[in-house]
Parts: sequence; C-alpha cells; structure tokens
Amino acid sequence: MNTEQLREAVRAWLAANWDANLDLIEWRRLLADSGWGAPDWPSEYFGRDLEAAQSVIVDEELARVGAIGAAHNGVRMLAAVTLLAHGNHEQKRQYLRRILTGEDQWCQLFSEPGSGSDLAGATTRADLDGDEWIINGQKVWNTSAHHANYGLLIARSDWDEPKHKGLSYFILDMHQPGVEVRQLKQMNGHASFNEVFFTDARVPRANIIGTPGDGWQVAMTTLAYERRSFDRPRNPAAKSPSAAPIYQQFQQELAVANEPYKWYPQRAGRVDLVLQRAKDTGAIDDPVIRQDIARLHILAQSASWTAQRARALQKAGKPQGPEGSLGKLAASHIGRLAARVHTNISANDALLTGSASPMNGTIAEILVSTPAGSIAGGTDEIQRNIIAERVLGLPKEPRFDTGPFRDVPRNSSTKEQ
Amino acid sequence: MEFMLSEDQQQFRENLARFFHDRSPTTEVRRLMSDPVGYDPAVWSQMSDQLGLCGIAIPEEYGGAGFGAQELAIACEEMGRALYCGPYLASAVCAAYAITTTADETFKQQWLPQLASGTLIACVAITEHAPLWCDEDIQTIAKVDDGGQHRLTGEKRYVVDAQVAELMVVAAQQADASIALYAVHADAPGLTCTPMASMDPTRKLNSLTLADTPAIHLGTADLQHLMDYTLVALANEMMGGAQTLLQSALDYTQLRVQFGRSIASFQAIKHRLAELLLEVELAKSAAYQAAYSMAVGEDCREHASLAKAAAAEAYLHAATECIQLHGGIGFTWENDTHLWFKRAKSSEVLLGAPALHRERMLQAMTTGACAKERIG
Repeated sequence: MNTEQLREAVRAWLAANWDANLDLIEWRRLLADSGWGAPDWPSEYFGRDLEAAQSVIVDEELARVGAIGAAHNGVRMLAAVTLLAHGNHEQKRQYLRRILTGEDQWCQLFSEPGSGSDLAGATTRADLDGDEWIINGQKVWNTSAHHANYGLLIARSDWDEPKHKGLSYFILDMHQPGVEVRQLKQMNGHASFNEVFFTDARVPRANIIGTPGDGWQVAMTTLAYERRSFDRPRNPAAKSPSAAPIYQQFQQELAVANEPYKWYPQRAGRVDLVLQRAKDTGAIDDPVIRQDIARLHILAQSASWTAQRARALQKAGKPQGPEGSLGKLAASHIGRLAARVHTNISANDALLTGSASPMNGTIAEILVSTPAGSIAGGTDEIQRNIIAERVLGLPKEPRFDTGPFRDVPRNSSTKEQ
Repeated sequence: MEFMLSEDQQQFRENLARFFHDRSPTTEVRRLMSDPVGYDPAVWSQMSDQLGLCGIAIPEEYGGAGFGAQELAIACEEMGRALYCGPYLASAVCAAYAITTTADETFKQQWLPQLASGTLIACVAITEHAPLWCDEDIQTIAKVDDGGQHRLTGEKRYVVDAQVAELMVVAAQQADASIALYAVHADAPGLTCTPMASMDPTRKLNSLTLADTPAIHLGTADLQHLMDYTLVALANEMMGGAQTLLQSALDYTQLRVQFGRSIASFQAIKHRLAELLLEVELAKSAAYQAAYSMAVGEDCREHASLAKAAAAEAYLHAATECIQLHGGIGFTWENDTHLWFKRAKSSEVLLGAPALHRERMLQAMTTGACAKERIG
C-alpha cells in the first residue's frame, strides 16, 4: 500500500466511524478493533502489520479530523511492547485491546529497596502453589501504581539458580487484598512514585510471561523500550477542537498521565531560565556569576552538539561512536551546575517557595529536584561503569554474585532464605 | 552544524593521520624540541607538495585549495594528535588569513601563492602584554617618514615561530590611533628577533624589537576576527592532542597490573576515564561546531571562544589525568606524556586562558560581535 492509498483508507474509515459525540472508551474500542489505533502492530492483535513510519501517516490523518488516537501514553506502552514480544496468544488477545482503549492502567514492579542499580538481585518471592503463584515482598519507585489495574512484576521463582536465571515475569492484578500501594513522597514535595507491598498476593499460573526463569530476558525488552523513550516529550497537551465531552475525557486522561512528570523540567536544571534571571536580578554584572553562567552555557551547548553528532551518525546508519552513551552523564553535570548557578543568581530569594518567591517557587523547586537526575534511570556511577566497559572496552568488575542466588551476599533486610 | 564528516573529509583525515603518524613520531618531536629552529624542512615540503596542507584554506586564485575552516580544522586536529612541530599555525593559518583578509591584490598575488606552496614561511606578531588580541594592547607605533616609507617602533612578545619566518605580519598603531597590519621582512633593519625560553619547546616563542623598522602597510586590522579564526584552528589542534592523551591513558591502565588486576578494572580508574571521555567528546563537538560556524560565514565569536575555553580545560585535564594514571613513570622525562602536557599548558595560556574566553563568549552572546566594550 503506498502512502496515498493508505491515507485514502484511513480517511474512508474515519468518515464512516469518527464521531466526536462518542464516549472516549466507546470510540477507542472502534479504533482498536479496526487496527488503526496501532497500525504497526500485527493484524492478529489490533494492528495492521504496517511499518512504524506508516503509523505517522495514520496519526496525521487522525489529527486532521480531530480524532483522538489510542491510549499510547504512560507505563501501559511498556506492557504492550513486552506482551507483543513475549506474551502468548491468549495474553495478547486479553490485554492489548484494553491497553489501546485506555481502560487499563499499568505499572512497573521492578525496583526494590534492596536492589536498585543491581536490578537482577530482586528478592520478592514467587512460590508456586497449585495453580497460583504466591507473591511476597516489596517494590519501590513504581510510577502510577496507585492508578494501575495491572503490574508488570519480576520476582524470584528459583533461589538455587544464579541471580539472572531465577527470575520470572508476571502480570499481577493490582486490585486484590495482598497488594498494598503507598505513595512515596520525595524531597521536593511531589509524590510521583509508590511503594508496593505484597503479602500472599496471588497470580494465576496463566499470567506468567514466558516461562519460569525467563524473567530477566523479558525484563530487558521492557527496559530497552523505557530507555528509548527516556528523551521523548511526554504526552504534549493536545488542543481540543471543540467542547465535546470526549475531548474533556481525553484531557483528564492526559492530566493524570502527566502528573508524575510535572517537576521534570526543574530536575534538568532549567538552563533556559539562567540568562534572563541574571539580567532580571542584576547578577549579570557580577564577574564571578558571569563565569558560572558561561561554564553552564558551554557545558549545555557542547552536550547538545554531542547529542546531535550521535543522532546524525545513527541516521546515516554509521556505527555508534562514544557520543551516544554520554548524554545521561552530561545531563547530571548540567543539572547540578544549573542548580548552583540559579542559587548564586537568586541569592537569598532562591530559598523562597511562597507567592513572593522567584518565578512562583520554580527556582526553589530546581534546587530540591536536581539531585534526582544523577540517580533516576541509572545512577552516574552505573553510567560511568557502562561508558568504561562498553564504550572504552575496559575490563569488567570482578563479580561475587555468580553462584546460586541463595548464597549471594545481599542486604540484611532482604535475607529471607 | 553538519554533524558528520563527508566521505571525502573522512578520507582526508585518514590520509593525514597516516602521514603525521609516520613523519611526526615522538623521536622527531623530541629532536625538534631541542632544536632552535623547531621544524623539519623536508617534512614541511612534503606537507605542501604531497598533501597541499599549507594552502588548504587559501583561495584557489592564490594557489591554495580553497577549502573551508572544516578541512583546516581536520588538518589541525591531526597535527595536534601527533604533536607535529612546525610553523603551521603561524604561517598557513594565521599569517595567510591576515594577508587574505587585509592586504590588497598586489600583496596577495605576491605572498599567498608562496605561503600556499610552503616556500614562504610567515608569522603574526600582535601580542604585547595582554593575552587576548585587542586594539588597546597595541603600543607599537607606525610612522610614515619623509620618503613615504612606513616605519614601526615597538616590542612584540609571545610571537609563535618568528624564528623561522621570513615575513612578519605586525600590528601597529597609526597616527590616528587606529590599528593596522604591516608586513616586515625578517632581515629588515632595526628588527631583532630573540627566542623566549618556554616550558613548551614544541612551540617556539620569540620577542621582536622594532626600531624604526621599514614596513609595508597592508590595511586596517580586525584583530578580533583574526583571533576568532586562529582560535578555531587552535581549538581543533588541541582536541587532537587531548585524544592522544586519553588513548594513552586507556592503553597504559589496561597494561599495568597491580594487586593482581589490570588497574583499568578498578572503578577508581574507570570512572575517571569515563568522565575524561565525556569532557573530551563535549569539547570536540564545540571545536567542530566552531569550525562549521566559521566555514558557513556565521559570526563565530561566541563559538570560537566557547571552543577555546572547552578545549583548554579538556586538554589540560587529559594531560594531568594521563600523568596521574601513569603514576611515577608519567613524571619521567623518558615517558612521552610530558610532551603533550607541555603543549596542553601552552595552548591553554596562549591567546587567553579559559576564564577570559568565557567572558568573551558571554559578551558576544549578550551584545553581539560589534560590542564596543572589549576585554583584554
């Protein structure tokens, strides 16, 4: 199908089906069943077997008539790509449609208090009891878990295998007595994450993705997608073409999905505000602050040019140079330096959070948000290991965790076996 | 920026890398460091005859290759990588550009083809006391005698490679206090060239004394613009050297075994190397971007100073890390690291240390290139 034929097909279907007076879920069921909601998915599972590039054309046609697309935001897409890659036929039929309609919300249940950087050291237990897995343990940093119907869970099903081979990957029903979700308040006052506690929570045997012991392999798919979407803009607010209730429902969905990320621009340090703030406050005349501002500008500019070099190589299909792996570490340096420069520019006012504060509390929020940047999504220390080992080819760390997991030293609070 | 080299540019880089790897081994660098002339005329001719390097950025109508700043940047980066010793920056970059942008047709016809072929070596004498080139620093006086002959009187310092130059491009103050560039022959009466002993013998420094020295008036000087151009070339040369140091640190730490492991397997070492790679890659991007801005004719003051500041910190950091990671052997004369350390230090200081360029960049950003208030 060429581009024009594709456009024609989408237009014809929209002319017959799009109706702004439908309920959001009703509309998305039509969309999911037609395959136009996820055109690059297999036709067997609510898609149309098209290329990813062709999906863009479908999106354009939807936007042209103001039609709302499938629910593509948030953690549910991590569930979708994982199910598409590793789920069985029944799982795909059962869950993918309700992901596209937005009826189900998902969360990721990976990190634990005892295993952060060392994710494969998870100690949440999964014990098979007849036709059910019994889950006990604790997860943390679970974005949107308080809204979720389902969780993507990795848990240890075999303690005698080495660390990476004893994990299994489950679909967990969040709405059951053995699951308790508590919001986790951060040092900047926001609560974007949760802790999730399992006390004899149950997972039907059919809800394992892959086979027991495959958990780490399956999790790699989820994590790779998560990493790729790290720099993507999150759910840009769409304009509503009319006051029809369907648009209001959609805006509400976006508001909930975007809520955890409201402070992310501050976490990155708001380099964009620095020069104007310096002019507004008069700090631009201070030679010491000028040096700081210049250092920040040089760092941010060079990092952005380096990212562009990496993208240009990627686009040309050339082998990745070192420049591709450096962005995360560079961003940490930029965030830290930006917070310092903002402090020096605003002086005492940097502390204020009330209505009289600079930019309505934004500056203070930068100061208490930037420490997250060098931790979330892989700490600076892990990034340096990755750069040293995978980019520079330096020898790996000696390992002390290769035998049966039962015998591997770990945090005292998680030694249950 | 065009964020990727074309196939031709990539091929060009590989040819140069091979050439300088062969012709500028550290045995040669060491020989030239202790040689007062400081370059090998045979290698210089090969650079011109085989590779056309001296005329790379000189317009075709004057016998050059007419390439832009990006090709020049590649050449400088490869020379910096091999720590090539010779008057390239002084003659082929700085003097050639000064003459191209300032002199009238007769002098361009006279000198540029010779500079392009490498048969004439020139240098640029601007600095007196201030690190950054600026009109305020120029106290050398130009007068016109009764016979209509321009004559210069004053003192120039930190003149790179004047010891081999047959022609010097000199900045001096005219009667109306404006600054112009003049050409002075090395054998002109009243001109004395004295070597300045420097901690970096890979790049020779000289002082010049001019006493009523006859000179040829070239034209009004735009010192800031000439410096932008020189900074772009220098920053790329510096990044070549920084990459050699990083590679040397990577090679040595993987070879060296202590406590039963290669020291590169310790996180204390790995993490430093990862940070160094980050700093070097960022500064490289800045140097490439500055060359691109220059090549497409954008005002590149902001990017030139940005690139110089970034290159200076990355190069010197690479040098100090490389010595530290070598341990005791890194502090010996026998080990080659100090050759690059010395070039890193002199490149950091010459034409303005990083703090000056951060300020210069900020002024270019906030007030544009025509800023009246200049720093120096």
